[in-house]
Amino acid sequence: MIAAVVGYPAAALVRASLGRYSITGLYQGSVGAGNYARLLEQEALPTVLANTVVWVTTVVVVAIVVSLGTAQLLNERFPGQRLVRWALIVPWAASLVMTAKLFVWIYDYYFGILNHALTTLHIIAEPVDWLGNDATVMGAMIVVGVFVSLPFTTYVVLAGLAAIPGEVYEAARVDGASAWRAYRSVTLPLLRPALLVATVLNVIYVFNSFPIVWTLNDRNPGFAHDTMITYMYKIAFKSSLRDVGLAAALGVVNVLVILLAVAFYLRTVSWREAEA
Amino acid sequence: MRAPWRRRAARRAALSAVGLLLALVVLSPYLVMIFTAAKPEGELRVAPPRLTPLHWRPGNFLEVLADPGFQGWLGASLVVALASTVIVVLAATPAAYYTARHRFPGRSAFLLLVLITQMFSPTALVVGLYRQFFELDLVDTYAALILTNAAFNLAFAIWILRAFFASIPREIEEAAAVDGCDRLRALLRITLPLSLPAIVTAVIFAFIAAWNEYIVALTLMTDPTRKPLTVGITSYVTAYVQHWNHLFAASVIAIVPVVVLFALIERHLVGGLTAGSVK
Repeated sequence: MIAAVVGYPAAALVRASLGRYSITGLYQGSVGAGNYARLLEQEALPTVLANTVVWVTTVVVVAIVVSLGTAQLLNERFPGQRLVRWALIVPWAASLVMTAKLFVWIYDYYFGILNHALTTLHIIAEPVDWLGNDATVMGAMIVVGVFVSLPFTTYVVLAGLAAIPGEVYEAARVDGASAWRAYRSVTLPLLRPALLVATVLNVIYVFNSFPIVWTLNDRNPGFAHDTMITYMYKIAFKSSLRDVGLAAALGVVNVLVILLAVAFYLRTVSWREAEA
Repeated sequence: MRAPWRRRAARRAALSAVGLLLALVVLSPYLVMIFTAAKPEGELRVAPPRLTPLHWRPGNFLEVLADPGFQGWLGASLVVALASTVIVVLAATPAAYYTARHRFPGRSAFLLLVLITQMFSPTALVVGLYRQFFELDLVDTYAALILTNAAFNLAFAIWILRAFFASIPREIEEAAAVDGCDRLRALLRITLPLSLPAIVTAVIFAFIAAWNEYIVALTLMTDPTRKPLTVGITSYVTAYVQHWNHLFAASVIAIVPVVVLFALIERHLVGGLTAGSVK
């Protein structure tokens, strides 16, 4: 009985780690350091790295800032609050590919509702080819990225808000603090752990995000708007390169980036446990 | 006395209004999805575009449901999501129970590994996964997708179940033992029923994650009849054909059940996803 119960985690362990072994196995087996050298020589690399940094930081920062507001709202009691919570779930539960395809349609140059709405409201003079114009693709992708990251972020911040005892606010009020002052000096510092968790997990999720960049950037040739993840995928499976070795080298780099974020997350968490 | 009451009512009304606005902003893209799904083919490519259909055409949904292609993808999604969920629960429940009740050498290393796999999506590893299944000759099989999904969703399940098992006092099981219940029966008759909410959460989460999985399926499944929904439906809109209404009708069919399931476990999600930090 106990053996069986120990066996499961062991099997789970092996299964969970299979993917990782295969990447390093691949690296040791068929790919020398030469691939890394070639990776550095890729012309697209600087662009891709810059795209990744812009994509991850903008999406995460905007999602966190917006979710401070949405979580604060959902933390209050008001008629219809349940409805809002359920609405917020939809982009989270829906398949990312389907949401991404939906935005391709909304952004469409000729038939998209966005151009129609913005020109009717005279916000823009003429239609914009959001996903075909080098100046707007990244912004358009970031909007979708924030949109799908918002639910998770809001829920984490909400959990953080719920953990703050009400007495703290009363104490602040007794001390004569204004609402804004109380928010800045009481709520925000106490939210710090939740915000750290939300930030690090979002960095990992957004860095890993494939469907949005892949789908919205579908039309554009080359690598001008790719992140490290879609670039890796294109090298391996789509481009004329079809270079598994090179892609695997980038894959290892990607894994290291994530491990770094995970290590940071674990430190954050234990920092919190030490505080508690 | 009346003034503060009024002010509170006004405040609640204002909050409701802002909340409604937020809900509308969040839902509006999906309204576009539903409206487009109900448009006849001829209304898709008109300028200027209309938000709502001029002639509602619910037949699009029936056409999609009757499409053999769609049925194949739906079947593939169901097989993969159900099978990987079963594996997740069968593997995670004992693992979570054992780590919650016993201290053993390597326990914290095991939990650390679980935590790390949770944060890893298969995305960064997809090249390696492809090589692995290529070498095992499992490309284009359900088995490859099922195993990958199960492996990556295991962590969330273990984490949420472990927290729940740990919250069930050991004394209950001990009391059962005094009453002549052996450990297996105590586990089956008492602990498992008590932890049903956590198990349901794990089941729904694993199912949805597998249902929505895209990149591994995109990479591994080349046979058009074996593709799951996420990959399959994109063939409604390609460079050659543009059936946006069918694409979105299929999407609505795929999304609605998942949203309902998600709403059921909403309260338990954050704890499982921010593993290790929220106690």
